[in-house]
Amino acid sequence: MFKRKQYLFGIHADPPTLIAWCYRIAPFVAIIVLYHFISSAYLAENPDGKVFPSFAMMGERMWEMAFMRDIRAGSFPLWADTMASLRRLGAGILLAALAGLFLGLNMALFPGMRLIALPFVTSLSIIPALALLPILLIVFGFGDLAKVVLIFLGLTFYIARDIYSTTLEIPKELLVKAQTLGASEVALAYRIVLPLTMPRLIEAVRQSLGPAWLFLIASEGIASTEGLGYRIFLQRRYLDMATIIPYVAWITSLAFLFDRCLAYMSKQMYPWKR
Amino acid sequence: MDDRVRDSGRPAHSSNMVAHNTPPLNEHEGLLEIRDVAKTYSGSGGEKVVFESINFRVSRGELVALVGPSGSGKSTLLRLILGQERPSRGELLLDGESLGYPDIRRGIVPQHYGLFPHLTVIENIILGDRLDCGWLDWRKNYRRLRERADEFLEAADLAAHRDRYPYQLSGGEQQRAAVMQALLKDPAIVLMDEPFGALDPGTRERMQVFLLKLWEERKKTILFVTHDLEEAVFLAPRIIALSPYNWQTNTIGTSRIVYDKTVRDRWRALSTESKKDPRFTETIEQIRDIAFEPDRKRQVGDFDDRHLSEFDTAGAEETRGGG
Repeated sequence: MFKRKQYLFGIHADPPTLIAWCYRIAPFVAIIVLYHFISSAYLAENPDGKVFPSFAMMGERMWEMAFMRDIRAGSFPLWADTMASLRRLGAGILLAALAGLFLGLNMALFPGMRLIALPFVTSLSIIPALALLPILLIVFGFGDLAKVVLIFLGLTFYIARDIYSTTLEIPKELLVKAQTLGASEVALAYRIVLPLTMPRLIEAVRQSLGPAWLFLIASEGIASTEGLGYRIFLQRRYLDMATIIPYVAWITSLAFLFDRCLAYMSKQMYPWKR
Repeated sequence: MDDRVRDSGRPAHSSNMVAHNTPPLNEHEGLLEIRDVAKTYSGSGGEKVVFESINFRVSRGELVALVGPSGSGKSTLLRLILGQERPSRGELLLDGESLGYPDIRRGIVPQHYGLFPHLTVIENIILGDRLDCGWLDWRKNYRRLRERADEFLEAADLAAHRDRYPYQLSGGEQQRAAVMQALLKDPAIVLMDEPFGALDPGTRERMQVFLLKLWEERKKTILFVTHDLEEAVFLAPRIIALSPYNWQTNTIGTSRIVYDKTVRDRWRALSTESKKDPRFTETIEQIRDIAFEPDRKRQVGDFDDRHLSEFDTAGAEETRGGG
């Protein structure tokens, strides 16, 4: 016999769509409301305080950053920072995905490659990438390259190990079957196994987005002249929370958007991967 | 009695003899020839001898079932034939040529993962041709190859599912597509590793009839591995049983061929009705007694000769005589 319908708690909870959406939004609303109360109380005590700016103050500041040209740089700071960060992030992730895919797939398929690369990749994946940042800054300077290389090094070995284990999980029967259908070793790797690992690659990239942003913001904060991380660390000096908080929210929104785009792409491109 | 068993010039012999005194193989007489093949695995726990001397051949156009209880080494033997593993000793020949790594001369229909999950049914069927072509050739020959694949789909009654992914098909449909995929490349021999093992009884029976019809039409050489005796006897004109059980000495040890006989007769029609024939049941019991059920034959004196052919009784008598 079925018990009373469960809306939230219990393993059989199955709320209607509208209520489900309310549940999803609730934590965000709660945090916004909570901040509003804290900010109001803080500003009532310190009318010129900068630590908990009101939403209006943040909106005003973001408007300036987005639509008022910076006189010295001649650009709109928010968009210039966003473009610079995305350029570095995109290049780093793309290169890491390609290298990780190539390494992981070949290590799993070819024993010789595994012997040469696996211990090396495993060792490098243990190094905390941020510890390499000073070295990269010294070697590659303060331009984009050091930041791209940091993201690349931080993600490549993680993705390679992920693809490696995914490739190992492909049933042997499929590999043998492909060979009996005439697949050469190269065809087996790049026409059979590669498409099979692509959904996992997208998943690995999704999971790497957090660390990738971390590497980006850290490297921009330490040595840069533009970028979202640079702006946050710059404004920290002036305790300009009205800029920092919206910037953090903007970064979160971009990361969320990326994640959703990748998830959508994976679903559209690989419908067989249920 | 099958010529295969008798052509040693000796009358029927004990089941021991099947393994060790297999008649000399004439070159090219058999399409697939397994000569004195042994397989041993070494590990931390010592050596595990799966089989010491396996000999048989499969002629062109034959449908042979390789049966045996779990652990008898039939899957190991299949892997050796397929080229996934090397034998510890002996030779495996296909058309007189030594077998190596998996290639297009051997098709395979496994129990699971018969189809590539990222390809639709038509893409799966056509994959063999596609792998043969470069990109330019593929574009040039696409229509012709697709039409050919469509014919195969029609034959397997899968035309309506051509653009579906494997996960959208039932188990039976998946295996039909896997069989057609293997056949499209026209391999010298098709190896089937319990292809219907995961299907429900109804679907399984339909698949058996499907395979039998296909074989009657195309006369492909098929080595069908199964532990289901009913399936083996229904499908295959010839049955080879591999077993670690020696009913003569009542011991379990290294696997060997304990039964190799053509059981096909006119009684077997392309219908599951033939399963009701008493000879069908009798053949199953006969193989089960010899290869599958050591407990039933604990006492050789209890052996029921009714189930033994000339081929097998020789061995039984020898054992009795020897005490």
